[in-house]
This record gives sequence, structure tokens and C-alpha cells, in this order.
Amino acid sequence: MIYREAGQFKTTYLNDSQIFPIAQDRYAVAALLIVAFIAIPLFASQYFFSAILIPFLIFSLAALGLNILTGYAGQISLGTAAFMAVGAFASYNFMLRVPGMPILVAFILGGICAAMVGILFGLPSLRIRGFYLAASTLATQFFVVWCLTKVPWFTNYSSSGVITAQQINILGIPFDTPGEKYVLVLIIVSVMALLAKNMVRSNVGRSWMAVRDMDVAAEVIGFRIVRTKLIAFAVSSFYCGIAGALFAFCYLGTVEPEAYNLDLSFRILFMVIIGGLGSILGSFLGAGFIVLLPTVLSVIVHYTGLPNSVTSNLELMVFGALIIFFLIVEPHGLARLWQIAKEKLRLWPFPH
Amino acid sequence: MQFFFEVLIAGLLSGVMYALVALGFVLIFKASGVFNFAQGAMVFFAALTAVGLKEEFNLSLWVAIPLTMVVMIVLGFAIERIVLRPLVNQHDITLFMATIGLTFFLEGLVQLIWGSTVRKLDLGIPDVPIEVVMSKTGMLVSQFDVIAAGICAVMVALLAILFNKTKIGRALRAVADDHQAALSVGIPLQHVWGIVWAVAGIVALVAGLLWGSRNGVQFALTFVALKALPVLIIGGFTSVPGAIVGGLIIGASEKLAEVFIGPYVGGGIEGWFPYVLALLFLLVRPEGLFGEKIIRRI
Repeated sequence: MIYREAGQFKTTYLNDSQIFPIAQDRYAVAALLIVAFIAIPLFASQYFFSAILIPFLIFSLAALGLNILTGYAGQISLGTAAFMAVGAFASYNFMLRVPGMPILVAFILGGICAAMVGILFGLPSLRIRGFYLAASTLATQFFVVWCLTKVPWFTNYSSSGVITAQQINILGIPFDTPGEKYVLVLIIVSVMALLAKNMVRSNVGRSWMAVRDMDVAAEVIGFRIVRTKLIAFAVSSFYCGIAGALFAFCYLGTVEPEAYNLDLSFRILFMVIIGGLGSILGSFLGAGFIVLLPTVLSVIVHYTGLPNSVTSNLELMVFGALIIFFLIVEPHGLARLWQIAKEKLRLWPFPH
Repeated sequence: MQFFFEVLIAGLLSGVMYALVALGFVLIFKASGVFNFAQGAMVFFAALTAVGLKEEFNLSLWVAIPLTMVVMIVLGFAIERIVLRPLVNQHDITLFMATIGLTFFLEGLVQLIWGSTVRKLDLGIPDVPIEVVMSKTGMLVSQFDVIAAGICAVMVALLAILFNKTKIGRALRAVADDHQAALSVGIPLQHVWGIVWAVAGIVALVAGLLWGSRNGVQFALTFVALKALPVLIIGGFTSVPGAIVGGLIIGASEKLAEVFIGPYVGGGIEGWFPYVLALLFLLVRPEGLFGEKIIRRI
């Protein structure tokens, strides 16, 4: 009843190409942003920030990056964590070796380094497709992590390989507490999500989707395949690189190669698939699902009072079963569920 | 030079074991187009179930193994019924994802039943150098590896017979070739998929027993599956001989690289070398050495 676009006329092209064409959507997003920027920092607890909100936002960003590559450009990748690692280590080294480097610039440079690595490892995608590509992106994953472990220059000759990330300080304002870090992460993620949303609505995004749907056909109608695929790899890796840097600086507090293992790559892939391929919103929903699910499960299982070894295995089982369940119920992910709900809501309460 | 051959042979023989894991992947991919990530979990599941049955119920290994086979067959059909059937006709990546979910489920289930301690498995094959070879040529060739290779060869031969000489095999090949055509001539698709998963389960059991008796039955067995991926890439996802050849190439080159190149770059290259090698192979042959050529039409 409330959610209806009737009476909202578009009189200019500018109006017509808004991100959220329905006014109610705009109000909802504005409300969400107000809550995220003002209400949550005022009321949330430290635990909530550091255990749920910060990882949720960082994973959303990484999932967004992978979604650009897999969901929009159709290239499956299992090397996401490697790009994150490049971003994190590059940012760390820029901070370490360039005196007076502002941290945001270091993040961006880290992202650019990740993008370059992404282009390099994206080259095989010009010839390889589908699961062959997925399996070969594992090369990225193992090679990059091995490199970071074996070349001591990257870890600044630290004997354990685990290094403490530098303090975050922007224009003299320190970001130390989880709440402050949350605000920083939130700002970065919001800006990048906005950029991504616009990118996929633009020329570039449309060429990605054309290549995803059928690359031969896209080539025939004049898209430059090489450029399109490599841009997808570069942009995706840039996002992952920034997410990796945030993961190290704002969540872990340390920079270590082992944090960026294959497991992390898989988790981000889950987020993208559970959330919905080819959907910006899906990246956030998927990240929320994968971050919250283990937490909720462990709380529930904890109350059953079973021994620890049993609960951890039960968690694994429920996690696996839920993934299968969700895929069976809605193979197109949570974003599609949301879309269906919205369609229903538009007709409610008179569906005929 | 002798050392070179020793490393080469050890590599080839361990490659046979990779091939065994890759075989399970190929069977399922060929018949149903599902990229079965859960193969590693199935290897772990089968091995741990066999050892668990043996130790907890004091069965002889030769009773435990057939029992586990039954379990794997039931599991295969259950997976088809519960996971795959509702997902028929979905996008490949969705099915891939479902098998990842399955991986978690199986890992949790098997450790819930049998516990997560490392168990020893003794197949009665000693892991010692063969004396004849050692006295003749002075090379150390493990008896265990040779017997494992023999078992693998028998497996492949049996699968070849199953595929080429039996009615089920014909149905399997028909389904692999074209789902719809197979359905239209009356081949029960779902039944066939159940059989394929059951066979893959038995292959997983053999692989699990061999790997388990070498490294102990433990969670790390699931990582063996990751090593099977480059094997698959090199051989092609749809080719049984490809899996064997790929396994040999990966096994040999990995060991040789680790021994001869490793020391110059700090060691540990075994972890990524197979993938990079596989990547290079792919650049030349995008469908692997023996994979079906993908013809793309608009």
C-alpha cells in the first residue's frame, strides 16, 4: 500500500536514470544510511563493532569485488584472498617505506597494486573459460601467498611473518577504537558501493554483462573482449585489494599471509553465490549471511550444552546443509528473494 | 642421474594416487556436468568410515571395507536424491556451490560420528624399498607406491570395462553425451546419476584407503582433492585416461621441481607449482590434453 510508484512521474532524463527510481526506495536507503552512520556508532557495543559490523562491511566490499568479476563479467575466480593479500601487503609497505604517506592514499595504491596483479593473472581468462578458469585461478591463490611468505622484503624481514599493522591516522585524527574504525570502513564501503553501482549501470558494466552472457556474441557485435575482461579483473582486484587492506588494518590489526588463505577465497565466493550473482545488494546480503550464520549457530549450539568437539562439527553440518537448502529454495540468491518480496509488496494488498 | 630417476619414479607413483582422486571428479563431471568439489570430502568420509568401523567395532579390515562400500553407495544415491534432483537444470555454478555445501556437511558428519583424531590405517603393505630393484640398480622404489599404482591400474581397467562393456556403462556414456537425447530414449537419468555418484564414492574409498595408510586418516585428506584439480585441468575434465596422464605429469613434475628448483627459491613450491604448470598447459590447450573440444556457437 505504501510501497507504490504510482503518481511518481519522471519528467527529465536525469530523473529517469536515478539509481533508485522509486521514492520509497530512496527514503529507505537514506534511513538506512542515517542509522548506519549516526545511530549505530552511538549505541552499538564494542563487541558488536569488532566481531560483526566491521567484518561484515569488509567482506561485503570483497564480495562486491568478486561479484563484479564473477557476477557481472562471468569469470569465476577462486583467488580473491590473494588479491586481498596483495592489497594489504602493498598498503603496509607503502606506509612503511614512504615517509608521511597518508593512509587513504596507501589503501588506494594497495588497491592499484592488486589491480595490476589481477590483470596479470586475468590474462589466462582470455583463453580459458568456466571451471578450467576457476581451477587455474587457484594458481594465483597459492602463488601469491607463497610469495608473501617466502620473500622477506614484503614482511619487512619479520621473523614470524606476522606484522602489526600501522596506526590509522587521517589528517591528524586517530582511528583507534572499533567504533572509529567502523565509521572509516563504512565511509569507504559506501563510497565504493556507490561507485560500483554506477559502474555496472554504465557502458563498462553493460559490456561486462554482454561478455558474461555470451562472449562470442559480444565480440561479434563489437565489444573488445580483451579490454572488457581485463578491466573486470582490474576493477574486481582493486575492490578486493582495498578490502584486504581494510581487513588487515581495521579488523585483524596484523598483516600476515596466512590470514588470506584459500578458505577466505571460498568464503567470499559463498557470499557472492548465496547473496546473488550480478547484484550489488546481493554482495551485502551474502556477506551478512555468511558472517552472521556461524555466530548465530555457535550461540544456538552453545546453549544445547553439548561438548565442544560435537558443536564445531554440528556447526559445519548445519552450515553446509543451509547452503544447500538456500540453493534449492532460491538458486539466484538472497537478492532475488528480496526482489520477489518487493514485487509482491507493490501489489499488496490487492494482487489482482 | 640416479637420484633424478629416483625422484622421477617416486613422483610418477604419487601421481598415480592423485589420478585416483581425479578419477572420481571425472566420473561425475562426465555423467552429470557437476563439478564435484566434495570429492575430497568423500575421500575423507570413506577412509574415516572404514577405519572407524574397523576400530570401534573390532572388525577385520576386509569386513570394514565392503561395509564402507555399502555406505558410500547409499551416500551416492542419497546425494542424488536430496541435493541434485531439486537442482536439475540449474546453472553450473549453483551445482558447484551445492557440492561445496556438501563438503562442509560431509566433513562435519563424519567427524561427528568418528571423532576428529588422526587414526592410523594399516593395509598390510609395508612402505619399504623393493629389494630387487635396489640391488640391481641401486634406486629406492617404495613397494607401497608400486602396489598402489597396481591397484589404481586395476581400478581404471574395471571402470573401463564398466563403461564400455555393460548396459549401465552404455547408459552412462549416453547420459554423458547428451542428457536430453538419453532421456528421450528412455534412460532413467536420475538412476544413472545415482550410480555415478555411488561409483565415485567407491573410487573415493580406494583413494582414501591408499592415502590414509600413507599419511594417516585425518582432516588433511580433504586437501588431496585440491591437488587433483591441476591434474584435472591438464587431463581435461571429461577424460579418464586424461586423469591418469595428468596425474603422472603433475606427480613427476611436482617432485622434480621441488627437489631441483625448490632450493633456489626457498622451497615449498610444491604448493603452487602444479597449478602454474596446469595454467601453462591450459594456455596451449584450453580444454586440457584430452578434454572434449568445446565448440562455441552463437
